[in-house]
Amino acid sequence: MIITSNLSKTYNGNQVLSIESLEIPKGQSFGLVGNNGAGKTTYFSLLLDLIQPTTGNIKSNDVQVNKSEDWKPFTSAFIDESFLIGYLTPEEYFYFIGELRGQNKADVDTLISEFEDFFHGEILGQKKYLRDLSKGNQKKAGIVAALIGNPEVIILDEPFANLDPTTQIRLKNIIKELANKQGVTVLISSHDLMHVTDVCQRIVVLEKGEVVKDLETSAVTLKELEAHFAN
Amino acid sequence: MIKQFLSLEWKAFFRSASFGKSLGIKIFMGFLSLYFIAVFLIMGIGLYPGLKKVFPDKDPLLLVNSFLFYWVIGDLVIRFFFQKLPVMSVKPLLTLPVKRSKVVNYVLGKSAFSFFNFLPLFAIIPFGITLIFKDYPLVNVLIWMAALILVVLIINFLNFIIESFSAETELSFLPIIVIAGALYALNHFNIVPLNELLGNGFNAIYKTPFLIIIPLLILLLCYAFNFKLLRQKLFLDSGLKTKVKEVNVSNLDWTKNFGDIAPFLQLDLKLIWRNKRTKSSIWMVVIGLLYGLFIYTNPQFKNLTPFYIFVGIFSTGIFLINFGQFIPAWDSSYYKLLMSQNLKYEQYLKSKFTLMAISVLILFVLGIPYVFFGWKVLVAHFAAAIYNIGVNTHVILLGGSFNRKKINLSQKAAFNYQGTGAVQWLIGIPLLLLPMGIFAVFYFLIGFEIACLVLIILGVVGIVFHQKLMKIITQKYIDSKYKMIDAFDQNN
Repeated sequence: MIITSNLSKTYNGNQVLSIESLEIPKGQSFGLVGNNGAGKTTYFSLLLDLIQPTTGNIKSNDVQVNKSEDWKPFTSAFIDESFLIGYLTPEEYFYFIGELRGQNKADVDTLISEFEDFFHGEILGQKKYLRDLSKGNQKKAGIVAALIGNPEVIILDEPFANLDPTTQIRLKNIIKELANKQGVTVLISSHDLMHVTDVCQRIVVLEKGEVVKDLETSAVTLKELEAHFAN
Repeated sequence: MIKQFLSLEWKAFFRSASFGKSLGIKIFMGFLSLYFIAVFLIMGIGLYPGLKKVFPDKDPLLLVNSFLFYWVIGDLVIRFFFQKLPVMSVKPLLTLPVKRSKVVNYVLGKSAFSFFNFLPLFAIIPFGITLIFKDYPLVNVLIWMAALILVVLIINFLNFIIESFSAETELSFLPIIVIAGALYALNHFNIVPLNELLGNGFNAIYKTPFLIIIPLLILLLCYAFNFKLLRQKLFLDSGLKTKVKEVNVSNLDWTKNFGDIAPFLQLDLKLIWRNKRTKSSIWMVVIGLLYGLFIYTNPQFKNLTPFYIFVGIFSTGIFLINFGQFIPAWDSSYYKLLMSQNLKYEQYLKSKFTLMAISVLILFVLGIPYVFFGWKVLVAHFAAAIYNIGVNTHVILLGGSFNRKKINLSQKAAFNYQGTGAVQWLIGIPLLLLPMGIFAVFYFLIGFEIACLVLIILGVVGIVFHQKLMKIITQKYIDSKYKMIDAFDQNN
């Protein structure tokens, strides 16, 4: 599904990302871990064509992302709050995204009704603009918006940060379900090793922009990751 | 401490992403200020001999005193629109060991060094020196000058008080117009002869210097009041907090008539209506629409036909200028979202174009009553409206592709009441002067009808080639995509 080859990103002679090759098959839930500055967000930004690669490229479903825009219909993402439109209510935001992704109001309503549990009564019908919601609630709205329109690739940067424990558990179930039942490729990054090992079938460790570990998740993965980061 | 505040601001200025652009504007503003300095200097030097010549039997000093009232009113109005309290991001300072009073004193103190306060000095000092050379008593003249400087500072702080109160209201410039208008009317209809009172007051200060204590007390009072106002705002739950308002969801289904640009059109309308910053540009429209009344009722302009075009472009295009110049920065806070979404850039830009074009049409229709001042006015406005739709919209969209400055819609910087200043008007100059120039050339060479026709033809050409032009403009935006994303990501 997503094929990365010879990808690198350099800022003023400073290499922040260098991935020789990385292949993510369709339907895999893929976790990216690494310390600050390891290149996680840089990789996601390259994947979304928000920054230009210095060398190499990423192909998503055979579309080279920095050459063609044909990857957009089947890709969605929530990276940070700058993906929210502060002066809309959550409903209006969902409808707007829905409209861009070819979904009518009824489609969007059906989808978000599945997430009432996840929203915990704090998002819908609140008569508040997104900018007036708390950080955690903004995140919930952003994550759900990324699920609108049956995307095949979903990119979530640090989805667990800022969420309360109940919501974290619910989000884990949502992600697992997406990958298992619907064949969606989910890419997430996290600082929380426990969460990623819980939800991801595969975990890649980045260090100073390079892939240093590529693990199929198993019973010992958490221990291995902890040992790696302890040093 | 003040040294550190200054160094913070120095860094904020030089390290901001829009540094290059704002430097250009600053240089332009520099020239503008030099011009004003020259004007005031000439006025200060020429005032005494000039008054002596026109009114040989009157004391120039008393004459100047008798006009001070008008200067105060005018200065207050001009400052309201162009002078803003210096902005400083105070939130990070709150938890540091810095006294709140120090921050407030610094901000207020800095405002005293505004250009608006120095400008009158260029007139006051030469005039004062002339007085001394003409054998007026030295001490009294010096005291008189000091009193004037105190008045300048009083206006300075009074303006911030008015601004802070009017920032709370929807029609932000209404209070100042009401206040200035009321004062002027009270004086004009001789209900309270403020003009005489102020003049007599200054005469009294000139004669009995110790009376200077009165303006000094007023100044201290104004300062203390400002201090109180600002200090209250320095808490997270008062001034720094954004107010949570109940949402009023409006049905914008009628936008569906515009086809595939409907979602963006809805978004733009909500953007304009739900953010303070954009809302103010709607009220600007009212000013723009009424602007013609100032010009056309003035007999001096009656025969200056090129000014019809100026008024036409301005009054039909005020929304275009105000809104258009910040495309795409209005969307800067969620630009990354738009860029990774499944959208066509062309639709996005076309929505903005449609909005501006419609605004021109509406404003033209609302301006039809100007026909009262002659059919030529209406024809000129029509030509200007066509030119606005065909040429200026495209120019301003093209200009937007060079936009690198983020606009923060939701977070008002503390102390920043309106977020706009003199700079906002600069971009309008080429949009206004170019069509006026073209018109003037053809008007003086051939005649009124042909000159209007030329502008209409230019506009029609723009409309005919709209699709092609939009393609070029869209490509420009796509080319600068990464730079824009990067710049909009930065916070200054």
